[in-house]
Amino acid sequence: MSRRRHSDEGDAGSQPHKRRRTSEPIEIEDRLESLICRVGEKSTSSLESNLEGLAGVLEADLPNYKGKILRILCAVARLLPEKLTVYTTLVGLLNARNYNFGGEFVEAMIRQLKETLKSNLYSEALYLVRFLNDLVNCHVIAAPSMVAMFENFVSVTQEEDIPQVRSDWYVYAVLSSLPWVGKELYEKKDVEMDRLFNQIEGYLKYRQKTHVPMLQVWTAEKPHPQEEYLDCLWAQVQKLKKDRWQERHILRPYIAFDSVLCEALQHNLPPFTPPAHSDDAVYPMPHVVFRMFDYTDAPEGPVMPGSHSVERFVIEENLHCIIKSHWRERKTCAAQLLSYPGKNKIPLNYHIVEVIFGELFQLPSPPHIDVMYTALLIELCKLQPGSLPQVLAQATEMMYMRLDTMNTICIDRLINWFSHHLSNFQFRWSWDDWADCLTQDIEKPKPKFVKEVLEKCMRLSYHQRIVDIVPPSFSALIPANPVCSYKYEEETECPLPGLAMATTVSNAIKNRASNEEILIVLKDVPNPNQDDDDDEGDGFNPLKIEVFLQTLLHLAAKSFSHSFSALAKFHEVLKNLTDSDEGKLHILRVLYEFWRNHPQMISVLVDKLIRTQIVDCAAVANWIFSPEMAHDFTRFYVWEILHSTIRKMNKHVQKIQKELDEAKEKLEKQQNKKVEKQIFLTAETLLFKPHIREHKDDMEKNSEDEEGQLEEQIERLQEKVESAQSEQKNLFLVIFQRFIMLLTEHLVRCETSGVDINTTWYKNCIERLQQIFLMHHVIIQQYMGTLENLLFTAELDHHILAVYQQFCALQL
Amino acid sequence: MSIKLNALFSDSYVDISQYRDQHFKGNRYEQEKLLKQSCTLYVGNLSFYTTEEQVHELFSKSGDVKRIIIGLDKVKKTACGFCFVEYYTRADAENAMRFINGTRLDDRIIRTDWDAGFKEGRQFGRGKSGGQVRDEYRQDYDPARGGYGKLVQKS
Repeated sequence: MSRRRHSDEGDAGSQPHKRRRTSEPIEIEDRLESLICRVGEKSTSSLESNLEGLAGVLEADLPNYKGKILRILCAVARLLPEKLTVYTTLVGLLNARNYNFGGEFVEAMIRQLKETLKSNLYSEALYLVRFLNDLVNCHVIAAPSMVAMFENFVSVTQEEDIPQVRSDWYVYAVLSSLPWVGKELYEKKDVEMDRLFNQIEGYLKYRQKTHVPMLQVWTAEKPHPQEEYLDCLWAQVQKLKKDRWQERHILRPYIAFDSVLCEALQHNLPPFTPPAHSDDAVYPMPHVVFRMFDYTDAPEGPVMPGSHSVERFVIEENLHCIIKSHWRERKTCAAQLLSYPGKNKIPLNYHIVEVIFGELFQLPSPPHIDVMYTALLIELCKLQPGSLPQVLAQATEMMYMRLDTMNTICIDRLINWFSHHLSNFQFRWSWDDWADCLTQDIEKPKPKFVKEVLEKCMRLSYHQRIVDIVPPSFSALIPANPVCSYKYEEETECPLPGLAMATTVSNAIKNRASNEEILIVLKDVPNPNQDDDDDEGDGFNPLKIEVFLQTLLHLAAKSFSHSFSALAKFHEVLKNLTDSDEGKLHILRVLYEFWRNHPQMISVLVDKLIRTQIVDCAAVANWIFSPEMAHDFTRFYVWEILHSTIRKMNKHVQKIQKELDEAKEKLEKQQNKKVEKQIFLTAETLLFKPHIREHKDDMEKNSEDEEGQLEEQIERLQEKVESAQSEQKNLFLVIFQRFIMLLTEHLVRCETSGVDINTTWYKNCIERLQQIFLMHHVIIQQYMGTLENLLFTAELDHHILAVYQQFCALQL
Repeated sequence: MSIKLNALFSDSYVDISQYRDQHFKGNRYEQEKLLKQSCTLYVGNLSFYTTEEQVHELFSKSGDVKRIIIGLDKVKKTACGFCFVEYYTRADAENAMRFINGTRLDDRIIRTDWDAGFKEGRQFGRGKSGGQVRDEYRQDYDPARGGYGKLVQKS
């Protein structure tokens, strides 16, 4: 691993008085940046002494570098929320020494806040609001002006015709700042604060919460309710208020400087009006608070703060912020998490594990790529080998116990995490502890989970390894040996139709036959579906497809690369055979039949078939929902294939859109250049330059040609984009239609036979439908009109309609 | 808007290493330019028995894999412990550098590094005996990489 690029000045924070080695402005600016960014990190001196020193250095640099210092401080306020109180203290000290600077900083922060809100950067805006609030504690901002800002925030709840997520954010901004500043604001302005509280309480009571079930990791209320985020925060703030704002967890360096800061003059926040709602505003989606531990789970050592304690909120916020800052560097991230200030008073490992899984299981999607969390947990285990692995094992055990009520999407992610994690630790696990799943129906969540985990473990190793790592009692859950099933293998008593043909094709391929030659050979394959009118024999012929593809796949079965080469070599033949929709569907059927024991191979081959345009995305969707696949319908790999297919479709549309945008830009540039040229040429000819007059006609013709070509290209691309978007929409419609058909069938059948609808299959299927909405919500938002008018109408069974309604509630 | 703080957003796992391919056709500058844009990773310290399927499963965790080329012994034409993984996008390759590099595949810590791009011939080991150079001179016994180093075997 290469070394960190930024200059390693050692304990820069501890020696702020060191003489500068150079006087180059750029180097001084870099040094200022480094000093400010590093303050608060591990040091031989105390934090107070470092802050004092740094304030002195910065004060001295204000005359020459004020602008730069302002910008750096604004940036750390926005980007390092986990060090909030360190920087507010620093600003407090600077304000005490230089009142004007304090004023300018506050103004710059307000400007920044406006910009972040306009740019849809809501989490950064939140950190800025919190920072401003803590500046009240540092005597930089006067409490009454902060309360006034809060009043403006809460008044957003009175706006009409706005999405709920808009007013949600403003209420959240107020509530989430109170752990830091509640005490101070209440002491100065309790009447106004009480009024705000009442308004907020009223708002929260009447808020829509349709979205909540779709975002919960577990459907059960026990042992830990999965609360809606605003509800949870409200409970926490109320408890804090009842405790008279006594909050002991937050690190407050400014307390040590109280005598200095008390003397400082405060500034008033300028009146702040929240920017008006606009159609392109994208507010954060609501979320559900993930809880998996409470004080009973960490039996020794410090007690875990309760779920409605404000400490819990602050700890979780800070840990999330640390991950947000350092996710790209897993070693740094792990180190930062483990050196959380105040860690001796809390069961830090439990908090870290809970926050990490909370992010991994977040719906619709984790904030960062899934594999990051696996890598981060491995680093944490390395740094705390005596304690973290045990917490992780405890967490895994708990999640296993609660699989019955866990959302299917989250189970998917758990399977991926657990199998990948095990592969880094020689697959060591106490499988016997999970022997209870062996007595259950194999479709039940627990045995299904174990089965899928073993399948993924096998993909990262090999079949015999899996046989070796589990007790013999687990044999029913061991995945199939991933070998192919060639139907033309043996000579049986009743030879299959096509057997002789298969041998011929096989020999032809081995003798390096070309595509044309193969097609000629295949012409002799009889068509079991043959219409009498179909003389040419070019219609859909399932036997032809079977004979060719089975043989080809068999010859190329050795590895992925072999199979990819085979598909590439005989692309023409395959294209020919799959000219119709039935052909496309059948090729997928044959592929499945041949490789049914090797789901990984099926996935990669389906991917190749799509990318080489032998099948289209809709064919894959129809295949997955076909009766032949009903047996595998609840298996994980099937949904991986479907979502991968949808993603390919989405990326395809994006790609062509990008090409179109680039072509349009190019044309615009050309046209601008043309205008410039015209102006130039006119001026020149006015000065009687005959040779330019001659060239003028040529140049004009050339640029006209270019323009013409570009315009043609743009027209073609426009058509391509429209066609792709139409294909994309069609894909989603097909998928939704098939879901509706399947689910309706099940619901009707249950109703007529008086059976409970809530079977294992039903839970799986309805959550898979949810998954389509959640995983691709951005694209699907475009189709709301069609979906509502065509598919998710009022006539639909309310169980299915509920999924759609919950989805709509996510951005209301 | 505001400045980007260089000190804050270290992304060192994605940096190019000191390694430069001595057989690269072009100068240092050209090689570095390609490395900084590349979607292809070199993967080293594989077991000789690690399969394309295992590599595909692991590296798919950071994005869609376009192509895998298993490194071969030049003489025996069998796997000799390295491979190339090519992604469709640079971003996916970067995530592999951040989260898969330095973790285990087939029980071994593997190492990934940027590659300037696969060219025919680069799938072969460059050691005198046909495998990788590192297997020529190493002194340790590694059962997953043919046992002792070639030099030790010959003595």
